[in-house]
Amino acid sequence: MAQTPTAATFDATLDAHGHAAAHDDHDHKPRGFWDRWVANTNHKDIGTLYLIFSGVMFFVGGGMAMLIRAELYKPGLQFFDPAFFNSLTTVHALAMIFGAVMPAWVGLANWMIPLQVGAPDMALPRMNNFSFWILPFAFTLLLSTFFVKGGAPAGGWTLYPPLVLQSGDGFPMAIFAIHMMGASSIMGAINVIVTIMNMRAPGMTLLKMPLFVWTWLITAYLLIAVMPVLAGAVTMLLTDHFFGTSFFSASGGGDPVMFQHIFWFFGHPEVYILILPAFGIVSEIIPTFSRKPLFGYEAMVYATASIAFLSFIVWAHHMFTVGMPLAGELFFMLSTMLISIPTGVKVFNWCTTMWRGSLSFEPPMLFALAFLFLFTIGGFSGLMLAIAPADFQYQDTYFVVAHFHYVLVPGAIFTIMAGVYYWLPKWVGRMYNMTLAKWHFWLSAIFVNVLFFPQHFLGLAGMPRRIPDYGTQFADWNMVSSLGGFGFGAAQLLFPYIIWKCVKSGPPAPAKVWEGAHGLEWELPSPAPYHSWQEAPDAAVLAHGAEH
Amino acid sequence: MMLKSGSMAAALGAGVATLTPPAAQAAWTLNMTPGITEVSRSVYGLHMLMFWWCVGLAVAVFGFMIFSLVKYRKSQGAVPDTSIVHNTKAEIAWTVIPVIILIGMAVPATRTLIETDDASGSQLSIRVTGYQWKWGYEYLDNGVSVLSTLARDSNAARQLQSGIDPKTVPNYLLNVDHPLVVPAGVKVRLLITAQDVIHSWWVPALAIKKDAIPGFVNEAWFKIDTDKVGLYRGQCAELCGRDHGFMPIVIDVRSPADFAAWLKQQKADQDAADAAAKSAAVATS
Repeated sequence: MAQTPTAATFDATLDAHGHAAAHDDHDHKPRGFWDRWVANTNHKDIGTLYLIFSGVMFFVGGGMAMLIRAELYKPGLQFFDPAFFNSLTTVHALAMIFGAVMPAWVGLANWMIPLQVGAPDMALPRMNNFSFWILPFAFTLLLSTFFVKGGAPAGGWTLYPPLVLQSGDGFPMAIFAIHMMGASSIMGAINVIVTIMNMRAPGMTLLKMPLFVWTWLITAYLLIAVMPVLAGAVTMLLTDHFFGTSFFSASGGGDPVMFQHIFWFFGHPEVYILILPAFGIVSEIIPTFSRKPLFGYEAMVYATASIAFLSFIVWAHHMFTVGMPLAGELFFMLSTMLISIPTGVKVFNWCTTMWRGSLSFEPPMLFALAFLFLFTIGGFSGLMLAIAPADFQYQDTYFVVAHFHYVLVPGAIFTIMAGVYYWLPKWVGRMYNMTLAKWHFWLSAIFVNVLFFPQHFLGLAGMPRRIPDYGTQFADWNMVSSLGGFGFGAAQLLFPYIIWKCVKSGPPAPAKVWEGAHGLEWELPSPAPYHSWQEAPDAAVLAHGAEH
Repeated sequence: MMLKSGSMAAALGAGVATLTPPAAQAAWTLNMTPGITEVSRSVYGLHMLMFWWCVGLAVAVFGFMIFSLVKYRKSQGAVPDTSIVHNTKAEIAWTVIPVIILIGMAVPATRTLIETDDASGSQLSIRVTGYQWKWGYEYLDNGVSVLSTLARDSNAARQLQSGIDPKTVPNYLLNVDHPLVVPAGVKVRLLITAQDVIHSWWVPALAIKKDAIPGFVNEAWFKIDTDKVGLYRGQCAELCGRDHGFMPIVIDVRSPADFAAWLKQQKADQDAADAAAKSAAVATS
């Protein structure tokens, strides 16, 4: 008996059954562990799987970071052979980028995109399941390289030849793992695009979509464009090593620098893939807690699209010292400087959203504000890095390490946490302990700066990156940075605890968890029903929910 | 009286110390130094220009944010003005003004970049070769070559759990057995390459960092101020394997006369050693 719910019957259905969708829904979740958690095709459960995986990898990568900071605490080599230290830095980066940040974004996309566009699920549910399950296999393979002859790859996550071709038995395992991660990302991106383009509720035009959906749409196009490029690059490494090609060896007529061009053609859009969904989430949290609509919605969409387009023409700013012709250096310097313009536009729009608002500071807002301050600092160091002749002093030093950790940790990671603190009550139907979450925030925000700000000074003082030991003039700031690292790492233990306590025994959460929240997801009860939006929301619900 | 002259001597000593080139920078260093060439000073100037621009922009943007955070709190009774939704003039303004600022940054940056690229008129050419894990220097005009490896005391101290306190080693990890000797006041050209994997030759005092790529030759140039005689240190700046952190660079800057004398002596010593080796080889063959 499918009657299209009007606003009135919709509310009645909600009241009568306590959940949304067609009135004959029984909100049954699959019984049995295998059916619910292994063979499932439900976007909510797959989203949960991605987020749990991401959390585990965050602690794996984070553990490696703690080991790195322990070795760098004092000058002299205290704990690790330098080759093992190089493996730690390499796998730390691979785990964080491909294991923690990217799966977190896919997990949040899975949970929220169908809810936010009024769709019953993702467009391709079985491919969705496959995309997820590739990842635990890929990372088991990658992490097991620590136990083979030659150890884990130690040439940096950037895998430059000829060095990476000196790797041991772990090399083909790592390449295969990277191929698998790439395939997972490409399939996830296809799913996102098809869902957004085909399954929006009637009346939700593109320019009415929440900004998280917009930024994910654009991110998905970036993924499809560049993950195959990475696949090509690492396959060429494989054939150079095993099948007698010489793409990257001068003695065979090839060029090691060509790898760098191909890698960074992937690599630069990749870093925007890592941050664009964060821009979307912040664009929803700040308006909610300012009780005021996002300022300049269309400008934000165009700025995001501009950033995505520009991200394809700046790649060689990672290669300023490689010996490029002057014209090349000049082009990439100017294009890189240009990308600060749309990024600045976004920062100004967020600030103006808060201006003349009515602000409150719950945990999602705290993390979003920390993003705004600290990502902007990362942006400033990025602008300095864009200046090619100055970059001769910064390249491959701790100044670069400071820059990218500012944009990735208070940038991407804090926003993932903000998104979880924002939407967790919707997912679980329970509130978490806000006091404890605020402790998590303040400890993280303070220690992240103690950890990474001194690294700017270390780079300027002359400390290169990827070294396990250093001259004594670098000792003081390294000690401070390591202490910050230990504090930051310890503070993160609060996060899974807060989530677990919430799931187990948090007090019930209402449908509209946050007073100023707008969006279709807040029209559904908390927890969101297992099958939601089986009928598309009608115009009235849409108007109410899609106001941004 | 004694105290006064003691402290005067101390002050004089401190004054003299600042004039001599720093052997190692002090702890808690916050910034890079202007260096010892005109190009390095331009680079330092660019760095400081960008830094102050960023400080200014940060004050403006963070000031705006902090103002809102303080003034528009719900807890203080602020009521949101939900009519403020967009403003095209503002969007145009805060797009165009930053572009103009960027042009102001790009002009000096372009000028300095073009300067660094012009190695013409060099009077001395030195080939720099990166190895795993040391540097080789060859004076191309007369064939003198030097292999430059991490100094023995640093090498001993840096071994895993060596038990030697790095603070007891002078210029720990920044000292070599044979530095690269170069003349001040002369335009010197470096031809940089590598034997095995990619390395990168970096001396902050020169503001030169150039990748050393096997099978390819990169060019860099410098002209050191005539009054900057002394030792300057750098490190490999591209991950090159296990001992990437243990292949430093030391340049020994001398007056042109001292440099010429050194080079002549090196050539003589090298020729004598080659002759001895040749006759030894003949004797044993």
